[in-house]
Amino acid sequence: MNYTNCGEFQTSYEKDAAIYKSLFSKICIYGFLISLFVIPFFIDDYFLYLFNIIFIAVIGAVGLNILTGITGLISLGQGAFIGVGAYTAGYLANQYGLNFVISIPIAGLITAIVGMIFGIPSLRLKGLYLSIATLAAQFILEFIFIRAEFITGGVTGLSLDYANFFNISLDNDFKFYFFGLIMTILMVTAAKNIVRTKIGRAFLSVRDNYIAAEAMGINIFKYKILSFGISSFYAGVAGAMWAYYVTIITPEHFTIGVSIQYLSMIIIGGLGKILGSIFGAIFITLLPEVLRFVTDYFTSSYPFLTQAFASIREAAFGIVIIIFLLFEPEGLVRRWNLIKAYFKLWPFSY
Amino acid sequence: MEFFLQLIVAGIVMGSIYAIVALGFTLIYKSTGVVNFAQGELLLVGAYICLHLTVEYRLNFVASFIITILFMFFFGFFIEKIFLRKMIGEPIISIIMLTIGLSSVLKSVVQLIWGTNTKTFPQIFPEEPLIIGEISISYVYIFSIISVSIFLALFTIFFKKSKVGIAMRAVASDQQAALSMGIDVKRIFALSWAIAAVVSSVGGILIGNINGINTSLSQFGLKVFPVVILGGLDSILGAIVGGLIIGILENLAGGYIDPLIGGGAKEVFPFIFMIIILMIKPYGLFGTVEVEKV
Repeated sequence: MNYTNCGEFQTSYEKDAAIYKSLFSKICIYGFLISLFVIPFFIDDYFLYLFNIIFIAVIGAVGLNILTGITGLISLGQGAFIGVGAYTAGYLANQYGLNFVISIPIAGLITAIVGMIFGIPSLRLKGLYLSIATLAAQFILEFIFIRAEFITGGVTGLSLDYANFFNISLDNDFKFYFFGLIMTILMVTAAKNIVRTKIGRAFLSVRDNYIAAEAMGINIFKYKILSFGISSFYAGVAGAMWAYYVTIITPEHFTIGVSIQYLSMIIIGGLGKILGSIFGAIFITLLPEVLRFVTDYFTSSYPFLTQAFASIREAAFGIVIIIFLLFEPEGLVRRWNLIKAYFKLWPFSY
Repeated sequence: MEFFLQLIVAGIVMGSIYAIVALGFTLIYKSTGVVNFAQGELLLVGAYICLHLTVEYRLNFVASFIITILFMFFFGFFIEKIFLRKMIGEPIISIIMLTIGLSSVLKSVVQLIWGTNTKTFPQIFPEEPLIIGEISISYVYIFSIISVSIFLALFTIFFKKSKVGIAMRAVASDQQAALSMGIDVKRIFALSWAIAAVVSSVGGILIGNINGINTSLSQFGLKVFPVVILGGLDSILGAIVGGLIIGILENLAGGYIDPLIGGGAKEVFPFIFMIIILMIKPYGLFGTVEVEKV
């Protein structure tokens, strides 16, 4: 599906494995990134807010895609792992006064350790049984969030100060935008590179045929745990960023519903594709906002819609997932590639 | 001692309801290989319909019970026909996500129709409990245990004796062979969804009689996982035994651990127990051990 332009072909393995297949795509990507740095000067707070929550969702979704899409281990616990990151960052910031530059990586590492512990059952479990084990992780962690009040503040939650960077406090959407954007670029680039290395290929082989992988000398258990670790690291970083963004952490943000949302992001975007996680994160984050506009538009004529909004949102979420699974199982990435191919092949579209 | 026995009795009641919901889950998994995350929502739909019939249309409880069961039968049948049929051969994660999507649609439709407040069934059973020795058992408990036992017995006979039941077991053990013997596998798939919807609605009606109904009842669908994991995903006997064990253990944990940590042990204990079981016996007590050959 990746059509290259006429006259461009790879003459070495390095070029074949390159991130930018051609000069044109390099220019496009850099142009897009530069425009992302310029955009915040022209948009209002609401759109900045949307961008910020998308950044956080992208990081979480990329992490989950490494575990579920690339290694093939279904996880229903991403929401809880995000919570672990958020609480760790909050606790470190409050108790030890750590700067976010330090506390975010530490939150990531601790979440990675928690994720690896819950990944241990993967030694003996596969497929379904493992996904149910991660479901248990979700419930156990949620229980800890509520009960371990001396760390998490229980149901009332934990509040912390805005992130502080050389005396610049990231206390509004505009300032947080740049932090979020830089983190997202770093994390996505890292993920893209993990996939290209030996580790990523080992992950793929575990997904495609773990017996063959084992026969080729890949230590399956090690790579499964590593995959859990990397995925949870991403979750932890996303959670820590969320903590610094909203500054009040409560257990409601890390329920099974959040885990399901992340799972639907990578399915709607495209399983096993980094770009897919980005598309999916954008789609699922914007869906309730679009629905809000639609219901707001109709509320003047049908006032009962305001009360029913929560239910309508959930129903729409379910319907969107079902429609995607039935009609576009490979996700938005496929659609994107089709669009690209259309323009490459135009006017000879067949 | 009295406290202990009381917990055990309540545990057996909850356990038997878990067992019947888990039976539906196992049935679907066994014959179609689908893990149904919408089991709890099927229970919710069944419970609300029965409630609606008894409260709004003032039907006799038995009549509305039977109508609900008939309705749920066709409801399950069509869910399979419309949604799951198209997913045959798709990867496991897509099917899991489809049932999750289905569950959020069903739940929100229930919320739109009936709201989120807890509703209770009209008093059907006598209020003062039956007292045996030192422990008191309310009549609704006795009714639950009896009706679950009847259903489980009926299913055992159904699977052992009836032609359709045998066909279902055949499909479960080997689809290819069943197909070549002239069994309509697609019909069996739809039928197992129909039966699963029926048994979970029975569970929903029973639990509604005990505790009242609200949308958080759909949590039952997730609670069923420790049960089926303990019993083994594809074992009907396992679903029953697992249901009883989890029901009793959960109640004991609620009774003895809750005061120490301030509540919530009931919700999380089954899952901790499940992880331990998974580590020791990955295929549960009665589950089939998958042998993999290259």
